[in-house]
Amino acid sequence: MSALLKIENLQTILHTDNKPVRAVDNISFKINSGETFALLGESGCGKSMTALSVMRLLPDAGEILSGSIKLNGNDVLQLPEIEMRRIRGKLISMIFQEPMLSLNPVLTIADQINEVLKQHLKLEYSTAKERIKELLEQVGIPDASKRMHEYPFQFSGGMKQRAMIAMALAGQPELLIADEPTTALDVTIQAQVLSLLRQIQQQNNMAILLITHDLGVVNEMAKHVAVMYAGEIIEQTTHKHFFSHPAHPYSQQLFASLPGKQKRHHKLTVIGGTVPSLTQKFIGCRFAERCPQAFARCHNNVPEWHTIADGHIVRCHLYDSTAEHTLKTQLAETSQKPIAASEKPISDSPLLQVTDLKVHFPVHKGLFKRTVGHVKAVDGISLNIYKGKTLALVGESGCGKTTVGKSMLQLIEPTAGSVRYDGRELIGMHRSQLRPMRSQLQFVFQDPYSSLNPRMRIIDIIQEGIIALDIKTSALDVRSTSLESMVDILLDCVALPSDAKWRYPHEFSGGQRQRIAIARALAVNPKLLICDEPTSALDVSVQAQILNLLSTLQNDLGLAFLFITHNISVVEYLADDIAVMYLGRIVEYGRIDEVIENPKHPYTQALLSAVPKIDNSAAAIIKLKGELPSPTSPPAGCHFHPRCPHAMPICNESYPKASMISETHITHCYLYSQENASNQHEH
Amino acid sequence: MSFKPVILWTDALTLILVFISFVMIWYVRNNVHLLASWKRVARSVSGMCAFTVLLTFLIIGLLDTLHFRPALDHQNSQGKIVYSAEVLSVLDLLVGPLRTHVEKTYSAPFATHLYTKETVDLHDGSQIRTFARLKFGGTHLQDPQTEYLSDIGWRIAAGFGIGFLLWIMLHIILCQLIARHTKWSFAQSFHIIWQRRTDIPWHAILITLAIITVTISVTSMLAAHYHVLGTDKVGQDVLYLSLKSIRIALVIGTLTTLIMLPFALLLGITAGYFHGWIDDVIQYIYTTLNSIPNVLLIAATVLMMQVYIETHSEIFETTAARADIRLLFLCIILGITSWTSLCRLLRGETLKLREMEYIQAAHAFGVSHWRIISRHILPNVMYIVLIATVMDFSGLVLAEAVLSYVGVGVDPSMISFGTMINAARMEMAREPMVWWALLAAFAFMFTLVLSANLFADAVQKALDPRIKTHDARNAHDIATDDHPHLVTTDKTVTTQSSTPPLSLPHSPFTNKPPRQP
Repeated sequence: MSALLKIENLQTILHTDNKPVRAVDNISFKINSGETFALLGESGCGKSMTALSVMRLLPDAGEILSGSIKLNGNDVLQLPEIEMRRIRGKLISMIFQEPMLSLNPVLTIADQINEVLKQHLKLEYSTAKERIKELLEQVGIPDASKRMHEYPFQFSGGMKQRAMIAMALAGQPELLIADEPTTALDVTIQAQVLSLLRQIQQQNNMAILLITHDLGVVNEMAKHVAVMYAGEIIEQTTHKHFFSHPAHPYSQQLFASLPGKQKRHHKLTVIGGTVPSLTQKFIGCRFAERCPQAFARCHNNVPEWHTIADGHIVRCHLYDSTAEHTLKTQLAETSQKPIAASEKPISDSPLLQVTDLKVHFPVHKGLFKRTVGHVKAVDGISLNIYKGKTLALVGESGCGKTTVGKSMLQLIEPTAGSVRYDGRELIGMHRSQLRPMRSQLQFVFQDPYSSLNPRMRIIDIIQEGIIALDIKTSALDVRSTSLESMVDILLDCVALPSDAKWRYPHEFSGGQRQRIAIARALAVNPKLLICDEPTSALDVSVQAQILNLLSTLQNDLGLAFLFITHNISVVEYLADDIAVMYLGRIVEYGRIDEVIENPKHPYTQALLSAVPKIDNSAAAIIKLKGELPSPTSPPAGCHFHPRCPHAMPICNESYPKASMISETHITHCYLYSQENASNQHEH
Repeated sequence: MSFKPVILWTDALTLILVFISFVMIWYVRNNVHLLASWKRVARSVSGMCAFTVLLTFLIIGLLDTLHFRPALDHQNSQGKIVYSAEVLSVLDLLVGPLRTHVEKTYSAPFATHLYTKETVDLHDGSQIRTFARLKFGGTHLQDPQTEYLSDIGWRIAAGFGIGFLLWIMLHIILCQLIARHTKWSFAQSFHIIWQRRTDIPWHAILITLAIITVTISVTSMLAAHYHVLGTDKVGQDVLYLSLKSIRIALVIGTLTTLIMLPFALLLGITAGYFHGWIDDVIQYIYTTLNSIPNVLLIAATVLMMQVYIETHSEIFETTAARADIRLLFLCIILGITSWTSLCRLLRGETLKLREMEYIQAAHAFGVSHWRIISRHILPNVMYIVLIATVMDFSGLVLAEAVLSYVGVGVDPSMISFGTMINAARMEMAREPMVWWALLAAFAFMFTLVLSANLFADAVQKALDPRIKTHDARNAHDIATDDHPHLVTTDKTVTTQSSTPPLSLPHSPFTNKPPRQP
């Protein structure tokens, strides 16, 4: 089979103020028609730049220095811009990561798709309209003939990404470049979009260049995999080889740093350091600085390609057969020693007890701001968090999990219910009464880029809570007296050098910022830390660092965590208990093993099955119809019934009561007997 | 004592401002991390050039602030010294002849004759209509026709020479100072300056200084015998008018801003931060204020104040004091009416900031509202304040011109760019046109506003910790040391700009958009 796209020695640089950044440095690969090629790597590795080079849509600062990009044998780099416009959208098209940003908000979906049709096919208006409808139906948008005349804001996130795919398909391209197509989407929607892409690929015999950081997505989609690191491809192989025997130490470490159930009570492998600055000239292997198996030659010689199996090539000195070095087959196991799994004492009374918490946001309308309805973000949830334990709150975006966390801290005023900390009711407390409680409960925010004030130095950021709450001693070291030494100890605790305190937040990477945010929360000696997706903005290897840090802290300080997340593998790794949330309510609650091994609620089952896995053990994905309904007008009866594969007539009549599966495992579903429902969970 | 110092209201306020700035400089000098960011201002080439020009204007303005009344020759009946009713400033002394050389009416720059024909009596008793010789401009020339060009030529050359000598002296003093401050020799410091290896761009400052000194000395050589920028309708030297206007422009620009800032900051931030009914009330206030045409409001207030001054004339010793109190009130009124736009900007920005996670984190620590506003919100809106005030600065000077046109601007006895422009406006329709007054006013204003803008730009860039110069970036690389029980991790990524280009259009590792339920 001849290659559809063949890239040879592509070199792309970005001109910056000082030195040029070699974003893409001498990469070569080819994609055959009809197959999926995945480009895998962490942020800042040059994946997106490669894609933009192929499209010749580089930013103004970008320049392709050398190399060739052959599409069906023609070098696109030689083409004039006017020819290139005929190729974009027709032969190659692209879908972007953020569907909210890649559609023009003032044009209807039909207009935007028609733009492609006009450019490439020059169709009559009526035929074009037919074609648009066909395309939208192909990507599974219901009622396409009506919805095509709607504006992007009337579409939900997943629908927008479908519309984006429809637009990309309009010119019937031979190659589709998908740049992190599902990163911004929830797992259930991600599963829908990925299966849609697979299905379309089969129908149209289209090649896909999939750019992603998610090993799970690669596993589900790709036939060939190339691992990119610091602007260079370091390993290239087939799907089978890659997932059975990743060869490059970097690839191996990527696998090792994924959290999961089997790694509980073990430290995750962490890739030390960061991706090196791409402004320098490399004299050795780019990964040598971070590689646990690096030896002298790695620092001095640039590794060549070594073929280790049919179609499996790797850039690593370890595989040089001429070298005297003996190949270590596996990673050093030292990093995986178990964390002293102290038997956590189970106390009977919960540290934090949430009962029937409700947060309703009024919807105002009109001149006098009359309340016309409520967004029921949180609609009666009950949770118990025990000392030294981790409760994970899982759900899709928009289900109200962050609101739960913030309303527990009274950052958002709850509408009803009770939040008791150590027996004391927090709801209704005055700001001044609440102050002594503030040091007990702390929050770690999702986005480390917006949770630190850019104009304050680290020392001021960490001291803020200490000063505001008048903390005298640190739990980490009782003897420390001065503020500055307390800050030093806190920084040390999150593995940052003490001179970091004189810097400003922007001088730190995402992972470091998140650790500063954790240090800030720890400064006031909290007993409970509410972590709101603390790793979702971070790379996999950095995520491993944060998770390691959190579990160490829990062991050392006996902290309790409420872990708000949508990432199931993190939950499996860290949590003791799990609560699955759907549209403001908890649908299933129990011990982590019970819920993960034996999910009862259809939503939990679907959610767990939709998570892309790196081993192929998983059962078939349970596809959910539609998307999360609006919390302004939740469906009658069970909130989940419109999407539920097991829906029964009773489901749209009233909300199911709790069903006790076991002592600790509760679910709200009519599939299970409602008789032994406990009274405290009725709504 | 042959003079009596006079401190007018605006003078007092100006001096207080100068004092406050010295206190702030002292405070910054004793505060390492504040000093570090101001040192970044000092590294900016355009910023320092602009600062040099701005400083020249400030010095002229300050010289004009020191007012006094000279003693008259005669004494009164009790034998006490009588002081002149005319209030002069130090600047008036320095530029002496410019003030006193008053012609009859218009004359063009460097003219030796009047701009208009008039009837002149000849020695033989006959009368002719001709362009009369000026009383002061070019009187030293016997025959202007032949001597004129050569005279101007050598005066320029001489002025150039003197200016250059002056500059060399300044240069030597600077080199000496640098040599003493560091441990370089004099020659070394000279070389280092011109090889541009100093932290502060001394070479650029020196070049700016050279331009300034040469301009001043050439102008002063010429101004002694010519009207360099011509004369106005009543024969006053336009150069003198322009120099006098600088103080008024600076006073209007800074005092008005200072009056407006507390309103804008307090109301804008409270409206955005507290939201709810407070926001509604503040919005209603500024919307109402905005809906009244500013000029009318100002005109009404100025007229009211004028009536007060007229009826209480005994309070004011001199006309200068009267004009000054009018200027002060004008600043106050302009300040009270012009805070709305900045207030609105600040409200919008605060609305955005209050949702930031670091503000929520501060709430989670129980930090008081006042502290959140002063430590988290204020520093993050300061860039808007800086840009808006510098932009307003030129707007205010122009507003003064508009008000002068309506007749409610500064006192007619006071010289300002506004009155200059207003007077020149009427002569633009004249044939031949009188262009120099307008040109002079605009040239001075342009230089002043441009240098203020460039300097503010440099300040804003340097005070934002996110923008850093390249050398600062290299110096700040963290060396992460290994930690005994936690594996150390990533190295610093120093600037925002060094990461995003690789991850267009959004960080690909954001698994979930930050969406609010």
